[in-house]
Amino acid sequence: MVKNIYLDNAATTPVKKEVLEEMIPYFTERYGNPSSIYKIGRESKIALDGAREKVANAIGAASKEIYFTSGGSEADNWAIKGVAFANKEKGNHIITTKIEHHGILHTCQYLEKHGFEVTYLDVDKYGIIDLEQLENSIKENTILISVMFANNEIGSIQPIKEIGQLAKKNNVYFHTDAIQAVGKLKIDVNDLNVDMLSMSAHKLYGPKGIGALYIKKGVKIHSHIHGGVQEKNRRAGTENIPSIIGFGKAVELAYENIDENNQRLIKLRDRLINEIKSKISHVILNGHPEKRLPNNVSVCFEFIEGEALLLSLDMVGIAGSSGSACTSGSLDPSHVLLSIGLIHEIAHGSLRLSLGDFNTEEEVDYVVEQLVIIVDRLRRMSPLYEKVKGEA
Amino acid sequence: MYSEIVMEHFQNPRNVGEIENADGIGEVGNPKCGDIMKMYIKIEDNVIVDVKFKTFGCGSAIASSSMTTELIKGKTIKEALQLTNKDVAQALGGLPPVKVHCSVLAEQAVKAALLDYSKRNNIIIEELEGFDPTEDVHHH
Repeated sequence: MVKNIYLDNAATTPVKKEVLEEMIPYFTERYGNPSSIYKIGRESKIALDGAREKVANAIGAASKEIYFTSGGSEADNWAIKGVAFANKEKGNHIITTKIEHHGILHTCQYLEKHGFEVTYLDVDKYGIIDLEQLENSIKENTILISVMFANNEIGSIQPIKEIGQLAKKNNVYFHTDAIQAVGKLKIDVNDLNVDMLSMSAHKLYGPKGIGALYIKKGVKIHSHIHGGVQEKNRRAGTENIPSIIGFGKAVELAYENIDENNQRLIKLRDRLINEIKSKISHVILNGHPEKRLPNNVSVCFEFIEGEALLLSLDMVGIAGSSGSACTSGSLDPSHVLLSIGLIHEIAHGSLRLSLGDFNTEEEVDYVVEQLVIIVDRLRRMSPLYEKVKGEA
Repeated sequence: MYSEIVMEHFQNPRNVGEIENADGIGEVGNPKCGDIMKMYIKIEDNVIVDVKFKTFGCGSAIASSSMTTELIKGKTIKEALQLTNKDVAQALGGLPPVKVHCSVLAEQAVKAALLDYSKRNNIIIEELEGFDPTEDVHHH
């Protein structure tokens, strides 16, 4: 029987049955527009408010500070551009990191073409920023710091609370892209001094096409979509009610058993990492050994290329991802892997396996078993491996 | 994304390995870009009687190497020199645009091996005049 082992939960997750069940009536029976005055409109409005509250509760925010968007990328775009343009009288300098998601990096590059100045902070070999470099980068004209909560490729978790304190002390807005972190890490925006936070539903067993931006009360930010009065005049357009309901349910479920769930994920994660390291030579673990997402495994296998690895895994029913050039559609391997100091040839051999609620220990063991065979097969074909064997 | 032929050659690559006492060895590509092909050839009476390869690279790089060894095995030097990257890509049932450089690399690997053979034997192969095996096939 062909296996079907999904280890790409950082890319997306299946919608949980409980989530889908809550969504379905809002397509067919409870289809009212929440802005309408009659009964089914009011019902939609009540459901919308309920979902907003669930999302707010998940991160310790107030309901009125949650703005639904079409997903994480939109939330990132809004936060960066919205703050930049609303505060350009105060300054034009933004600080971010070299390992952000393209949702942030490409938005910052866009702003650089429009008169803004951006500092891209370095990270250490574990993918974590240096707080001193951050503090030294803050200038008179700095208006925004955007540092991701946890990295999508290597799972490293940033010192968000410390960054929040620095931002507050210097009177600079702080945004964090928490798309990989929400649902997996406990987050309290007030405790962390976060002013804006991006999230996405489909990373936590909710539907695709829905996300949110938390905007702390009082933050000076431009409206994102002009039109109707939805989302307090800041993001026009009739609300995507079924998806919002799904997002609310998914985020509620994610935090219901978070401790238990994370313990299970960490056990699976560490089993996967330790087994790979003990059974395969010339392997590098990317990211921090402890300060990492409970579901992230990122490794580089020397002397082989990531796409060949992914195709081979696919043939035995395993879905993973890689930061090699061949999978990124460019000639360079992932900017994250290069930023942690990996040389190109090693970064080409990267593999990310991201665990989810439906993975089991048996699956992990099967993956390791197959990886041993596949890596050996590809290395036997590799002229780079032959050189190493010769030197040994 | 890949044709069935590419997947089949990736899964069961032909002629993988090295040839001891090869008459020519060609290595092309760059580990920085994520692909290196090394081709070994054995030549008797101007005929490529054996060919083997080793490749560090993606699925289409491995499939291109494998297909190329099949295309040139048993061919004369002259015939092998006529092999173009298009022939390789066509034999594979086509390659996605971003992977065309893999077939270029395969063509170059053959030429590099033949160039090595010609140098070792002090033969001049007209078709290889001006051929530079270190030339980068990637469009940076």
